[in-house]
Amino acid sequence: MARIIVVTSGKGGVGKTTTSAAIAMGLAKRGHKTAVIDFDVGLRNLDLIMGCERRVVYDFVNVINGEASLNQALIRDKNCNLLYILPASQTRDKDALTLEGVGRILEELSKDFQYIVCDSPAGIEKGAYLALYYADDAFVVTNPEVSSVRDSDRMLGILASKSRRAERNEEPVKEYLLLTRYDPSRVKSGEMLGLDDVQDILSLQLLGIIPESKSVLTASNSGIPVILDEKSEAGQAYEDVVARYLGEDRPHRFIEDKKGFFRKLFGGKS
Amino acid sequence: MSTASQKMTTSSSVLEFKSSTFFSPILILYSNDLAAIEQSLQDKINRAPDFFRNSPLIIDLRELNKSGLDISVIEVTGMLRKIGMFPIGVRGGNEQQNKQAHKLSIPVDAGRENDSVIAASITASRKESGARALEQRFAEQSESSNPSSPSAGHVEPVSTLAEPIRSMLITQPVRSGQRIYARGDLIVMSQVSAGAEIMAEGNIHVYNTLRGRALAGVQGNTAARIFCMDLQAELISISGDYKTSEHLTEQTQKKPVQVYLQDHALIIKEIA
Repeated sequence: MARIIVVTSGKGGVGKTTTSAAIAMGLAKRGHKTAVIDFDVGLRNLDLIMGCERRVVYDFVNVINGEASLNQALIRDKNCNLLYILPASQTRDKDALTLEGVGRILEELSKDFQYIVCDSPAGIEKGAYLALYYADDAFVVTNPEVSSVRDSDRMLGILASKSRRAERNEEPVKEYLLLTRYDPSRVKSGEMLGLDDVQDILSLQLLGIIPESKSVLTASNSGIPVILDEKSEAGQAYEDVVARYLGEDRPHRFIEDKKGFFRKLFGGKS
Repeated sequence: MSTASQKMTTSSSVLEFKSSTFFSPILILYSNDLAAIEQSLQDKINRAPDFFRNSPLIIDLRELNKSGLDISVIEVTGMLRKIGMFPIGVRGGNEQQNKQAHKLSIPVDAGRENDSVIAASITASRKESGARALEQRFAEQSESSNPSSPSAGHVEPVSTLAEPIRSMLITQPVRSGQRIYARGDLIVMSQVSAGAEIMAEGNIHVYNTLRGRALAGVQGNTAARIFCMDLQAELISISGDYKTSEHLTEQTQKKPVQVYLQDHALIIKEIA
């Protein structure tokens, strides 16, 4: 059975698609057959970030409607042959997705893949709900900024009450925090929320801090997931995220005030 | 013959009187419109059928008589029995009403004044299947507070009837946008985020930071309180009287406090 990961945030523009692309690539590079699905029907982006936009023939909605088979719609990544992309439809809207249809596709993918990464659209409407409904794990992408933190908190509430695991009273969706676009110098000057401020509100297991980095934009524009840019801090940070998710114990990086941070994270009960 | 009577006197007697207290909901009537009362009760029963099924009840007529409204105890009792409740006492009735109660073998003036506060908070917080369970629970309680009491045996047969007091326990964080409603007390072990709303008919305990809205005693229990470890709430309310975060000072933060109502004013006090 595959593990279904939803990358979600509530708020837009925080780095969900960048994160989805990076961690899907990271998992596949480590030898796990991985599929990444774009749930943002109507605002298709993932294929751009993955650099496969010119190879899209069929999409998610075609498969749901039975107009194409899953194999026809899945696009194999050019950098890693264990990674497949299921693009969103650009010409439809979120109403084209159905709970039953999404469930059917995830079930079919589960037979063949080890990890399924669901790239959620922003908001808390149908697309976001469908993306998280079947999830086993949730990567909550948050920017160090109050509205993003509030939206993430709201999303966590939805995960805890509306997911399939919640409905069936199963073990809850495992929630992880990814703090993206983090700028330690701005945190220090008080312009940005610090990790501890964010954790004060969210108190989640931290998978990683992705520093604000020019390489993210460069990677997006060139259609190569930033995790493949091993020289960049963001790429390394995502590499750490994947390693931690898979159970490796790696110290957190890219936080300037390391000492203070570790004391807050590991010292004493909050 | 003689052996029989001997048995009667020497073995343990066939009955025993014990003094014990038990709680019962009190139905305070404000209107003598029987149909309206029935409708309102039926609504409540529909919302919590287990709570009211076969529930013992004391009818309180004081408010009614204060406002000079008359009602027949016979009719009220008939209606209550029809919808599955067991009136076990009448209080605050006038002479006529007391006579009617006697006719129905319902004790008069059951429950003293000081019981009412406890009773009110209890009604919201327990789910009961009958007077026996209630009585049995409180028998148990009085025994545990008095360990020398030797009669543990007699409560055993009905122990399956007893259900725990119905307070709600939340161990997960209450996130922004979530709402929680507790019929009795609400205990939250985790944080309550800004944008979340927790409500209870009884008390609210938050063993973490309270950032959202907390409303205790929402059905009018003015004795309800809010307790929390770190008060940064957007709004706190007890029985409808409220304060917003604007009126909360930073002094309430990062230390355990309780909030209670005094003359329609919310008092926030540090728990020493």
